[in-house]
Amino acid sequence: MNMDRITRKLGILADAAKYDVSCASSGSKRQNKDKGLGNASNGICHSYTEDGRCVSLLKILLTNHCIFDCAYCVSRKSNDIERAAFTVQEVVDLTINFYRRNYIEGLFLSSGIFKNADFTMERLVRVAKKLRTEHNFNGYIHLKSIPGASDELMQEAGLYADRLSVNLEMPTVAGLKLLAPDKDQKDMIKPMAYLKHAIIQNKDEKKLFKKAPMFAPAGQSTQMIIGATPENDSEVLRSANYFYRNFNLKRVYYSGYVPVLADNRLPALNTSVPMVRENRLYQADWLMRFYGFRVDEIVDNTSPHLDLEIDPKLSWAIRNMQAFPIDVNKADLQLILRVPGIGLLSAQKIVSARKFGKLNWEQLSKIGVSVNRAKYFITCNSSQFERRDLTGNNIRQFILASSQSKYLKNNQSQLSLF
Amino acid sequence: MPLTNLVYDGTFEGLLTAVFEVYEHKLDKVKLQKGPLEAGALFEEVKEVITDQARAQRVLKGLKQRLSSIGVQRLYAAHLADMEGEDTTLLGFIRYAFDTKDNIEEDYGNRYVMRVSGLVRMIRREKHRMEAFVRFQKLQDGTFYSAIEPDFNVLPLLIRHFKSRYADQKWMIYDLKRRYGIYYDLHDTEFITMDFSEANYPANVSAAFTEDETLYQDLWKTYFTNVNIKSRKNTKLHLRHIPKRYWKHLTEKI
Repeated sequence: MNMDRITRKLGILADAAKYDVSCASSGSKRQNKDKGLGNASNGICHSYTEDGRCVSLLKILLTNHCIFDCAYCVSRKSNDIERAAFTVQEVVDLTINFYRRNYIEGLFLSSGIFKNADFTMERLVRVAKKLRTEHNFNGYIHLKSIPGASDELMQEAGLYADRLSVNLEMPTVAGLKLLAPDKDQKDMIKPMAYLKHAIIQNKDEKKLFKKAPMFAPAGQSTQMIIGATPENDSEVLRSANYFYRNFNLKRVYYSGYVPVLADNRLPALNTSVPMVRENRLYQADWLMRFYGFRVDEIVDNTSPHLDLEIDPKLSWAIRNMQAFPIDVNKADLQLILRVPGIGLLSAQKIVSARKFGKLNWEQLSKIGVSVNRAKYFITCNSSQFERRDLTGNNIRQFILASSQSKYLKNNQSQLSLF
Repeated sequence: MPLTNLVYDGTFEGLLTAVFEVYEHKLDKVKLQKGPLEAGALFEEVKEVITDQARAQRVLKGLKQRLSSIGVQRLYAAHLADMEGEDTTLLGFIRYAFDTKDNIEEDYGNRYVMRVSGLVRMIRREKHRMEAFVRFQKLQDGTFYSAIEPDFNVLPLLIRHFKSRYADQKWMIYDLKRRYGIYYDLHDTEFITMDFSEANYPANVSAAFTEDETLYQDLWKTYFTNVNIKSRKNTKLHLRHIPKRYWKHLTEKI
């Protein structure tokens, strides 16, 4: 390996891939076969960047040459940057050697579009195939499907990859038209639909024949860029909800737009990254997937944007004071999950522990409940009840006064108000 | 009844033997701690527990009847936390398990159960961190070597993970703090101790590495630098994920 050349390529092609936010390496169930190398299912973050994001996979582009000209993308055709391309063997060597040293859980391979969708997709598939068949590599492989790739290539990709994803890029068709005139949402939906059916079919086959080959066992995910186009949170979450329901996605990622290019269709270069908004969207996403909230309970026409100051669950609770207080020693798990300050694990612990006796504030606190917030919404084995005659607005003020948002320090524009 | 101070050797079997003595002598107020035996306080009775496999096995058998197999594993993990003053917590948990007819594992309102749950969470977190933060370096004989210094004694909990992951390479993970390691020879793993005088300390001898070891370490550093998004810098979050005490063994942080 030519050291300088490969180092330079890695620099360029890692740099260009970093805006893809997906980093999951869990949810698969690939075992180490015949004393080979690696396994996949653990979801281990091996390192963290200085911006605090997880590094779990070797996330690179095969090339940053691209025939498309999407306004938000650093690799777009009209951008004057240094271009590079890995060979199939170079990606394989990097993956194996990083994996052996326990730097990574596997490979996340995306690419600019060389010539056309199939020409590019075929190369991505070749990397995965080589890793699996020549190196007995059982680590995690996430391939980015190129929009417009053929069903045959998607089929082959699914046989070698743990997860496949097609980026939606923008939450709405209008947003995509504006910033990525070369791309068509239909080209993204087609491979998604193919994958959905192939994954379901594979599950059925697995039931009949244990030895049926795995097909994308960690499912498919997608990503949307937030804040580059004027969609509100209601539109973003409805779009996510639509894709969760119709394409059985495992995850929708929300990527706060990082201004990298001057373009009059885009926010100005010095605009700050919408990190709080991105975080609120993820919280809302979790409420939909794990806490049994419907999308219209989180955002509706009267409040199409998520509250940036408080989390969406607290926000819902304050808008629905009539649902509280809840007696944690009696209520169903589903109701307990709706209490601000009680997470999934705490809720399950409460339901387990109360079989042995009624719980009081101190015990709830030890179990992991954030009593500071939950105290306004629950009763327990204690005569104290904090809500008294407080209105939702009072509660909001109390909670805000007693907690300091971890984001305030990072957001200069918010601090300068004081 | 006066307080009895039971001093044991720090092993899990030793702990179980101590439990046996508590029941054999119907001890009521007990403080449990790890040896060596020291001159105790004037009014305390100090007693040394001699680890006894047969007795330990009987207690373990009893525990298996009162707890689920996961519950027993959790107790063992909590013991590996090896924390000052927590032996009495483990004893309290075990006594509560024996003195109650039903399985008490999920009685999170009980302080012993809650504390054991807390200890398990701490040790599992560090186990998981070690699965993430081990950085192997390839030696000339083909062995992949890693040094770690975890807060808790998690090495025994790591074997399964690394054995099923790196089945086709020889590897060694050495706990510099506790001065022992695990070594996998392509077939089995064994515990080993080594004499690391300055001269033959692998981390200091670059000649011990294969030629391309520096190349891949540099490539990894290049990668690490280039995936960072400067405009999203968040040092607080970064430090919460990788506390500084782990940095000296992380290739990308050296």
